[in-house]
Amino acid sequence: MHPPGHTHALRTTVTETHVITTSGLTKVYRSRGREVTALDGVDLHVREGEVYGVIGQSGAGKSSLIRCINLLERPTAGTVTVAGQDLTALAGRGPRAGRELRRARNRIGMVFQHFNLLSTRTVQDNVELPLEILGTSGKERSRKALELLDLVGLADKARAYPAQLSGGQKQRVGIARALAGDPKVLLSDEATSALDPETTRSILQLLRDLNRQLGLTVLLITHEMDVVKSICDSAALMENGRVVESGTVSELLATPGSELASALFPVGGEASGADRTVVDVTFQGEAATRPVISQLSRTYNIDISILGAAIDTVGGLQVGRMRIELPGGYEENVVPIGFLREQGLQIDVLGAAGQEPPLVKEGAK
Amino acid sequence: MRPLLEQACWDTLYMVGWSTLIAVVGGLPLGVLLVLTDRGGLLQNLVANKVIGQVVNIARSMPFIILMVALMNFTRSLTGTTIGREAAIVPLAIGAIPFFARLVETAVREVDGGLVEAVQAMGGNTWTVVRKVLVPESLPSLVSSTTTTIVALIGYSAMAGTVGAGGLGDIAIRYGYQRFETDLMWITVGILAVVISVIQFAGDYAARSLYRRGGRSGSAPKLRLLKAKEPAAADISKVA
Repeated sequence: MHPPGHTHALRTTVTETHVITTSGLTKVYRSRGREVTALDGVDLHVREGEVYGVIGQSGAGKSSLIRCINLLERPTAGTVTVAGQDLTALAGRGPRAGRELRRARNRIGMVFQHFNLLSTRTVQDNVELPLEILGTSGKERSRKALELLDLVGLADKARAYPAQLSGGQKQRVGIARALAGDPKVLLSDEATSALDPETTRSILQLLRDLNRQLGLTVLLITHEMDVVKSICDSAALMENGRVVESGTVSELLATPGSELASALFPVGGEASGADRTVVDVTFQGEAATRPVISQLSRTYNIDISILGAAIDTVGGLQVGRMRIELPGGYEENVVPIGFLREQGLQIDVLGAAGQEPPLVKEGAK
Repeated sequence: MRPLLEQACWDTLYMVGWSTLIAVVGGLPLGVLLVLTDRGGLLQNLVANKVIGQVVNIARSMPFIILMVALMNFTRSLTGTTIGREAAIVPLAIGAIPFFARLVETAVREVDGGLVEAVQAMGGNTWTVVRKVLVPESLPSLVSSTTTTIVALIGYSAMAGTVGAGGLGDIAIRYGYQRFETDLMWITVGILAVVISVIQFAGDYAARSLYRRGGRSGSAPKLRLLKAKEPAAADISKVA
């Protein structure tokens, strides 16, 4: 088997079927009379075959969210459906997981920030653990474990103990283990947050490859924008237990004033003086190839300064963003801005120079 | 003198061996239960936790010689006698169960909660967690706890002489102390010191080799880049 990494040609097949759905998911922690709302009516729709990133600061509720999805935490209210199965209905009333729920969990892989490998077991035995729980026979277990270790590029480490591995290797073992139950869905709880940038990239690449090769749906939570940028098809931003923005990466980039979009793809640059209009222009797809700025300059005979610009790949999409400055206030530039919008570009007009730019949503139209 | 000491050695090992075995068999589940039933445990049950905890505390607070006398009827019903080695095993074991249970509790608490979570996430039940995580992961500590229990039991067993159970401690008291045979007393003390050293060494060795095999608890190098950055940035701003 080839190590992952040679599979870029394969396209992700994201279908419109929702493989993970939460509706009205609420989690309230009660301790000593105090109540803390960790999740406040979260509606999440993860499509089959996509990599979905949930990003937020610590304390935003990401951890509670991912733990509510396989019901490691019992939601206070709301439902969770994974692969057509309503897990909240399986949960029962007691704090312990019943047989049905445990079986369902076996089909949901999970990887952890701190890997959570058993130190007293070899790498292979760690990968075999979920299969032991499933009751798979010894021969079949070791065949499957070795196959998975090969898939994550660690076939030669089967007999090693976790303590002998580097962080990245441990996470690969964690991923192999998560795949042992042939899951449709992989939950990743800050899987790269304990790793250095280089290793983070290789682990993300592995997740991306698995997503493509196996059609695995990945729901990951992270506090690093780079993670979302490099592998996610869709993303949601969480704040104070709520999802404040969500959508596919291209939808987000096309949303005027999207916080997530500007964080995914920041452009810098300050206005050069008063009485100027600063405009962020986002190009996607074929609009990126047209000489829009020079057309604008010629058509309206105005001088345009470029304050900042970048082209980047976000979630597999080629995106360009440019911050330009037009002379005169917003009122004088309504027509040129309208022209830019007509070209199919996404335009965010920032406030007048010198001030903290309040976003003017949907300007001229 | 030699046959006397030889017999005493065997008596001690016999009593301590059996009572250790019983203490481990009884104390291990009790210690695990103490962890599982505690707040946030997999079988959280605070009432049961308090009850088990109290029973363990009371049993531990009992001086061994009193425990021995208090248990006489129970011992008789079990072994048919209150005198001799077999009769001594009963109070020794019962005294050691709560002792070992507390040591088990401490050892099992040390196991990283993330491992428990991982096994739950794969669909494991509580029994799986105990069998595959809690016990194997705390095994080096459990071995050390067993060593500590054996050494404590050798100490207790000296008092078992009062019920005619014999053993090294008994020789030291009866011949050495009460009959002023100081030589014999020092010899038995010497033998006890050697026995305990050997047991401690063997226990440490076993624990260490188990520990080394797994490296240390395999979990993360606690390196959190983002977290580390924030204070650093704050420092810079302070300097500036």
